[in-house]
Formats: sequence, C-alpha cells, structure tokens
Amino acid sequence: MAITIAVAGNPNSGKTTLFNALTGLNQYVGNWPGVTVEKKEGWLKGYPDMRLVDLPGIYSLSANSLEEEIARDYLLTSNPDVIINIVDGTNLERNLYLTNQLAELDIPIVLAINMMDEVKKSGRRIDSKALGEQLGIPVVEISALRETQIDKLAKVAVESAEQKQNGQTLTSFSCGVENALSEIEKVALDDRVKTRKRWYAINLFVRNDLVKKDLNLTADQSAQIAEIIQKCELEYEDESYSIIASERYDFIELVLNNVYETKQVGELSTSDKIDRIVTNRWLALPIFALVMFLVYYISINTIGTMMTDWTNDVLFGEIILPGVGSLLEQWNVAAWLQGLLVDGILAGVGAVLGFLPQMIVLFLLLAIMEFSGYMARVAFIMDRLFRRFGLSGNSFIPMLIGSGCSVPAIMASRTIESEKDRRMTVITTSFIPCGAKLPVIAMIAGAFFGERAWVAFGSYFLGIAAVVVSGIILKKMPIFQGEPAPFVMELPAYRLPALKSVFTTTWDRASSFVKKAGSIILLATIAIWFLTYFGWVDGRFQMLASDQIDQSIMAVLGNAVAWIFAPLGWGEWRPVVAAITGLIAKETVVSSFGIFYGFAEVAESGQEIWTNLRAAFTPLSSVSFLIFVLLSAPCFAAIGAIKREMNSTKWTLFAVAYMNMLGYVSALIVYQLGMFLQGNPFTVGTAAAIAVMAIFLWLIFRPAPKPTTGSRLEQAEARV
Amino acid sequence: MKTLRDVKIGETARVAKIHGQGNIRRRIMDMGITKNVDIYVRKVAPLGDPIEINIRGYELSLRKEDASIIEVI
Repeated sequence: MAITIAVAGNPNSGKTTLFNALTGLNQYVGNWPGVTVEKKEGWLKGYPDMRLVDLPGIYSLSANSLEEEIARDYLLTSNPDVIINIVDGTNLERNLYLTNQLAELDIPIVLAINMMDEVKKSGRRIDSKALGEQLGIPVVEISALRETQIDKLAKVAVESAEQKQNGQTLTSFSCGVENALSEIEKVALDDRVKTRKRWYAINLFVRNDLVKKDLNLTADQSAQIAEIIQKCELEYEDESYSIIASERYDFIELVLNNVYETKQVGELSTSDKIDRIVTNRWLALPIFALVMFLVYYISINTIGTMMTDWTNDVLFGEIILPGVGSLLEQWNVAAWLQGLLVDGILAGVGAVLGFLPQMIVLFLLLAIMEFSGYMARVAFIMDRLFRRFGLSGNSFIPMLIGSGCSVPAIMASRTIESEKDRRMTVITTSFIPCGAKLPVIAMIAGAFFGERAWVAFGSYFLGIAAVVVSGIILKKMPIFQGEPAPFVMELPAYRLPALKSVFTTTWDRASSFVKKAGSIILLATIAIWFLTYFGWVDGRFQMLASDQIDQSIMAVLGNAVAWIFAPLGWGEWRPVVAAITGLIAKETVVSSFGIFYGFAEVAESGQEIWTNLRAAFTPLSSVSFLIFVLLSAPCFAAIGAIKREMNSTKWTLFAVAYMNMLGYVSALIVYQLGMFLQGNPFTVGTAAAIAVMAIFLWLIFRPAPKPTTGSRLEQAEARV
Repeated sequence: MKTLRDVKIGETARVAKIHGQGNIRRRIMDMGITKNVDIYVRKVAPLGDPIEINIRGYELSLRKEDASIIEVI
C-alpha cells in the first residue's frame, strides 16, 4: 500500500535540504492548484511506494498567509499517513509552536531536529529522548546538510505511518480555556464530526472563519459559541487568539525547561558577529551595493552574458542554424520547410535555450543568497524604499536583474514571500530597460539625437518611473486590495549553503522555465515567422523573399492596424510591424527596420538605416515610438516567464494588457502634447491626450479605497 | 502607552499586550511575541525602518508601524 508522508516545518528550518536528502533527485516540482506557490513531490529513497509531499514553509496553521492556508488544507483534506516535522535545533522554541498545532490534527508525527551539528558546536545540549517523551512522538536528531541520520528518520517515519502511532501530547490549556473548549465541543461538534474534535474546538475558539464555514454552523450555534468565547475573554482580560498563542508558548517553555540548555546570554554566535557587520547601520549599504554589483557583474556583465551570447551567436548563429540550413539545402528540402525549420522552430528553440545559461548562473547566485540567509537581509535593508509604491524589499533583486534581462528577473521574483508583492513585481519588472532594448535606444539616439547620452539615461528614468507609477496605480486597484501582507520576517542565522540544495534548486527553476515558458515562446516565434515570410504576390499566396516582406501577411496586418498607432505619430505599417516583431526579442526591432528598408543586415544600432528613419519619423514621433517599444509587452520569452510565475492565463493577459496600455498612453501623451507645444493647433488628439493624462494622474493621486494612512494602531482603535 | 516602537536600540522590554487585529496581529503572536515575553531591540535598518529584534532566541524584523501595536512595559 502506498504511504504518503508530508514534510512540514518553518521556513529556514532546512526543509528543502531535508526533502532533497530524503528523495535524492527523485522529485518533481509543480504548483499548488491555482496559486503561484511551488509544490514539490517525490519518492522516499529506498522505499519505492512512499510518496513525499513537501508542504510550504510555515510558522503556524492559522491560515494567515497563502502558504499556511495551503498546508492546512492539504493536511485536513488529503490525510497524509505521517508528518515529518522538521525543526531547527538552534531555534526550538519557535519551531515547536507549529509542532504543537500539528499534534492536534490526529496524524502521526515524527520530529526531526535539524542542525544538530550546530547545536553541539555551540555548546548547547538537547535531551531529545526527554523531548520525545514529553511530546509523545518519536524524535530523530539529524543534520540535513551533512545527511546524518536521514536513513533512520526515513525508517522511523515509515514505522509510524504503518503503526498509526498517535500518542502525541496535546497542549493542556488553563482551566478556563479548557472549560470553554469543552463547551464549544458540546455546542458545535455533534456526531458528524468524528475526528479532530479538539482541533475544531480550538479553531472555533480563536474565531477561525474557515472552520466556521467547514462546519456549517447554524446561527444559534454561532451565537452560543460567541457567548462562550466572550465569557472566557472577560475572565482572562485578553482576546481568544492571544490566550491560545500565549499558552502554547508557555507549554513549550515548560517542556524545554527540562530538555534544552540554552547558551549563556551575552555570548555572540558566529552568525551574530557576521550580522553585526553585514547589517550595520553604516556598512550595510556599501556591503549591499557590493553584493548586488557582484550578482549583476557575474550574471549580466560577464559569465552569464558570455554564455548566453555564445549560445545565441556561436552555437545557434554559427553552428546549428547554418549547419542545419546547408544540410537541408543539400537534401533539396522545400524552401518553406527549410524556412519553418530554421527561421521558425530552431530560432524559437534558440530563443528559449539562449537565456538558459544566463539564467542558470543567476539562479545559482540567488540560491546561494537564499540559503546563506542574505536574501532576508536584502529585504530588511530595502523594505523602506520599496514599500512606498506597493512593492516590498524583496522586489529589489528582480528589478536589478531586469536591467540585464527580464526573463531571469521575472523568475527571480519567485523568492518573494507574499503573493501580492510577487504579482506586482512580475508585472512591473520588465519596464526596466533590458539589454535587448539598448540597440533600439541606440538606434533612436543615433538617428535623431546625435547619439546623446540623455536618450539612454531618459530610457532608464522612464523605466523606473513606470515601475513606481505602476506600483502606486496597481496597489489601489481592487485586485490588489485587501489586508497588506505583514512584513514580520525572520532573519535566519547565516549559514554556509549546502551545495546540493543550491544545485537542486537551480536545476528545478531552470528546467521549469524550459518546460513552462518554452512552449509559448516556440509557438509564438513560429507564428511570427509564418506571418512575416508568407503573403500574396500578384494574387498568389506564396513564401516571400526578404525583399518582398512588404507583401507579407504581417504587412497586411500592419496596414490594417496602423490607424491605431497614427495618434502616436507613426501610423505606417513598417514601424508597427517592427514593434510587433520586437515580441520575438526587442533587438529584432532594429533588424526588422533593416529588412524593410532593403538591407540584408544592419549594425546593432542600425546605422545604415538612420537616413531612412529620419524620413519616416520626426524626432518627436521617434521618441513616442521608443517609449512604446520600451514600455509595451516584453518579448515572448519574458511573457512566457510571466505565465510561468503567475501560473494563470488571466493574470498573464492582465499583465500584458496593462503594459501595452501604459506604453500606448505614455507615447500618446508625449506625442500629442509635444505636437501642441511645438506650435501645432489644438486638435482632438491634444484633447484626448490631456483627458488621458488627467485620468492617469487621478489614478496615481486618488486616495486609496481603504484608509492606509495613520498607524495600524489608530486604524484598529477606530474600528473598535 | 509605551510600545515596542519606543524602545531604544540595545534595550529589552517585556510585552504587555498586542493591540490591533487581523492577520498582522495573529502573525506577530505566531512568531512568538506573546504576553510576558522579553524582546531585545537589536538594531534598526540603514534607512531607518524596519527594526530587528531578538525574541525567544532568534532574530525577527518588523516594521515600526507594526511594532506600534505591541504594548510593552
């Protein structure tokens, strides 16, 4: 019979490392249904029919966060046979709070005390036998990092599951609370509820609305329960959740009194010493800048980009594409099929794989930062700056990476804990001009503005402004409303990251990009190839040579939609189609112009076509074009990454629609107001631009639908 | 009323009551900030917010805004 083992524990307890140690590479990563939270499953090494499910890292089962809700729902509905509860031995007191709640679920528990090597090294002592006896559950001392006692843990877990050992000690609350709990049991939990009566009673006592819904209580029952709670609260002069939380911690303190020797107060651990320097008031920012510079330098400036450039330019550009091309020619393969294979499919595969090396380098660095504990400090340092516009300190890294490439940047938002912040970061990250947008900026700057530096500077400024403005606008929208995510964050002790975990995490993330984002990129590239290279010549549908692109389906489509872009000052098919081909990769905008103006190949900044561009654009309309290209939908690879991270078609469409709208509106305002200021008459367009700008400003400066000013305390008191 | 926000860096305070409501309040208590526990205020972030505290043997950071719902003595 197959047995399911759930692995539960606090964040930073070494859960991922343990999961990897228990499963080897025998695991797969997915998402919990409907949300962006990662779900890992695998099989226990050496036990082929033991399935392991890695629950999200949580501090409690109160459903305060999405992760807690997922874990709670899983444990209640899927009924795993045993829970391996991993706790950090250096931080037992808080870790056992979760254990304490898990015990009420009537599921056998095995406690794995992790980081025992560290505990011993610091001179502390845990009497795990006594702890096991007091909690009524088997306890195994392990080190997930050094993989000690992992086999024993697996064995004990399997035994517990088979014997259905359920002897865990339940927290005994004080008299008044116990009375209230048994009264609630009598009122609410009739014969329908057979198991977990205590768990239900406690959750009703702390007014957990989810449980109330589960039980379908009548109005009368609810009223009686409310009365019981109120009576108890009056007696204790405290609120019910607070009573329960306090007494749980009191219970844990009592248990630990006999089994745990804490270090002497005043003695600094190595981690404390590191932290004294790393988040020091004066040194924190310089060190932070240095770390970020290194991340950027390694992943964007040097190794990562070199590898990606090599894959794109040499591996695909010089070896695979020409190689396959000449091979197909030798075999006399039909021209359309050659085109499909080389320009469609292989180019698409290249677009996916080209990003991979850079992404692997970046993921490796991010994993090191995460596992070493520095990531939490990044949030600690940057939080103040970012939360002003609806993001959190964790959004800094995606934004930084975004200046190199949006694809890994969007994927880097994975480390943001709150789903709201994560979505917001995913939507706004690609506003930061990425490396591929630089050729477009260089082209406009060269053709119209004497290659002045302010064009590039202005582009970055525009990107940052778009992030800030979007943050402010989006956080006031209903879909981002609701209670702000608490920023009550553990600063884990600094640790040397386990290489195995770093590599496994990197591998998981990279392969999930290829699988989830790869297909959308490939399909889109093929579609664009088809639309660009096929069309009607003299009434006959055929494949086109590159000087016939003006007859392609794409050109027809471009002509058909050109009127939409006329108010932006470039309502002609060439710029429209160039902007669309930018979806493949933003630098394609430049080479598309090259093709349209009859050059087989142009320099990166498109120097050859500057004269043609000067005929097609005015300086003002060129700025409007640049703004649209910079802010509108990113390349397919980035859209694929957005889809991967949002895990929802609806949210992906929302993100793309929002970006296109922002790009269009910004270009419209700049072009129309620019025209008017240049002395042109006031037109419908000018009026529209002013109207749109007014709406825009209103969206930014309108008061938030719910009051967010004033301190939390004042709000809370105002409600009472 | 004195709150955690008013406690100076390097000082220790004892929690009297957690005000406020909803997720943030529950989260604060889940993390171990409950009645009668001692909190040592270790430092403040370089930009002036959030703060870092030591509680029940581990390091926790929280915004000053959230610290202001924690009444201490």
